[in-house]
Amino acid sequence: MKIALLSGKGGTGKTFVSVNMAFVAEKAMYIDCDVEEPNGHLFLKPQIEAVEEVKVAMPKIDHEKCTGCRKCVEFCRFNALAYVNNAVKVFEDVCHSCGGCMLVCPENAIVEKDKTIGKIEKGRSGEVSVKTGILNMGEASGVPIVKQLIENVSIEEALSIIDAPPGSACIVMEAIKDVDYCVLVAEPTIFGTQNLSMVHELVKLFDIPYGVVLNKCLDDENPAEKYCEENEIHVIGKVMYSHDLALLSSQGEIVSRVDSSYYAKFKTMLERIFEEVHHGTTSRA
Amino acid sequence: MGQLLVLSGKGGTGKTTVASALIQLSKVKHFADCDVDAPNLDLVMHQTVDPIITDYSGLPKAFIHEEQCIECGQCQSQCRFDAISHDQVKKTYVVDLNACEGCGVCELVCPVGAVHLEPIVDGHLQLYKSERVFSTAQLKMGSGTSGMLVTKVKRQMLEHGVESEWAIIDGSPGIGCPVIASISGVDYVLIVAEPSLSGISDMERIVTTASRFGVKTFICVNKFDVNIEYTDKIEAYAKAKGLDFVGRIPYDSQAVKVINQGKTIVEIDCASGRAVQGIYENIKKVIDNGGNL
Repeated sequence: MKIALLSGKGGTGKTFVSVNMAFVAEKAMYIDCDVEEPNGHLFLKPQIEAVEEVKVAMPKIDHEKCTGCRKCVEFCRFNALAYVNNAVKVFEDVCHSCGGCMLVCPENAIVEKDKTIGKIEKGRSGEVSVKTGILNMGEASGVPIVKQLIENVSIEEALSIIDAPPGSACIVMEAIKDVDYCVLVAEPTIFGTQNLSMVHELVKLFDIPYGVVLNKCLDDENPAEKYCEENEIHVIGKVMYSHDLALLSSQGEIVSRVDSSYYAKFKTMLERIFEEVHHGTTSRA
Repeated sequence: MGQLLVLSGKGGTGKTTVASALIQLSKVKHFADCDVDAPNLDLVMHQTVDPIITDYSGLPKAFIHEEQCIECGQCQSQCRFDAISHDQVKKTYVVDLNACEGCGVCELVCPVGAVHLEPIVDGHLQLYKSERVFSTAQLKMGSGTSGMLVTKVKRQMLEHGVESEWAIIDGSPGIGCPVIASISGVDYVLIVAEPSLSGISDMERIVTTASRFGVKTFICVNKFDVNIEYTDKIEAYAKAKGLDFVGRIPYDSQAVKVINQGKTIVEIDCASGRAVQGIYENIKKVIDNGGNL
């Protein structure tokens, strides 16, 4: 089974919930798709066993063959090619690797070379196998890393927990497209509620079963909880804000490891997800 | 006009809370929300006027005309983004608009001219213009062209000429293309960091990104009392990197209450609001002196 954690935004506790669920699952794979700021490894502290580079194809101009016709420059919609000082120049950081320039070149003067945009670290943390995607700084898109991260996921482990990137942009869609269940993690503020409503739209659009974990709850009224009530969304768990919890998390501790009440809480959440998926009783579009 | 951009390396650190408080305190006449994926600033910046809304179109997307398609499959095999699949019922190829990046390769390779690129609406720009100019936008779900929209949000803020010395911009999270679009052209960056292992990791990544642009960078810590040891580490890091450390904001449950009433934290007397007041004064000092704290 594949479960993805979403939040509409960073900082709501997506990684906090993900690593705890992976820990209490006993045997699981944790996949960190937040490639701009992967943080799961700071908690799980995996022993790295392998590193895979993520490469994309970049055009390479054979200046001997190039006649300066500029067909490639005209074709490129990303403005990744320019004709400067009588030569075609490639701006790699805006190139989307579509391969179009190579196709339009009448002289076959463009070939492709690999460019590394990031890496995937694979390791183990007890019973949890961990995959972390890391985007190199200055690269525009982490989508190719997420694609490589979730390739063949289902056959590798019985349970995969995907820590999705924040937001609801194309990279998030890539991370959740084949999952069985989405957990939406929400903060108790009007900011958090607006973000929750965005990922709620997203999971409805993708027709993926989902539930909400309310995080950092205070005793006051919780607009995110109210949103769930109004929209009949299953709340699969609720975590109260506490200074001790915040401190443990800030130190990179997995709270379920040090506190049995949290262990039980996350175990219940996970069981509830299993039940909902197996009985088809989830919130759905 | 000088521009101060608030960044965090990641969402949820309190970027919007801090930015909105600074906008209130400084009374700047221009401000913008560049978090086009999940804009929140509008929730605490009450506007007296209705926004002027304009459609935003990023790159056009591919459409395949069923009646012309001869099902040769060229478009599918050449598409690098797995955006094209075969529809056996309709006897044609179809484009997944979420995956299509609008590169135009399918149009190029189609032997019968059945593919065309057409603009689609990827989101909306909103401009609130009264005595203050507030520029913001909302990207449609799943659109990948947020960097371009960020650039438009900033341009829209600058083009609507109310005279003003300064502008404050709530930036986008992360280190990717929207952030790069946010940073380009600004004079100062304020990074809101969180005192945790992950917060420090995020902060280091955004500092590296900002330093590539040679932008003068301030650092403050939000929820500093969650972990004082790490707050000290962040302050030491800032000093070691030659960045101005401008203040510490405590965790404050009052802040949650104020925000939930749609107000900024400097509109009532609370610990977090007072801390941001101090941060504002520190930043002003640096800017006024054109030097260090």
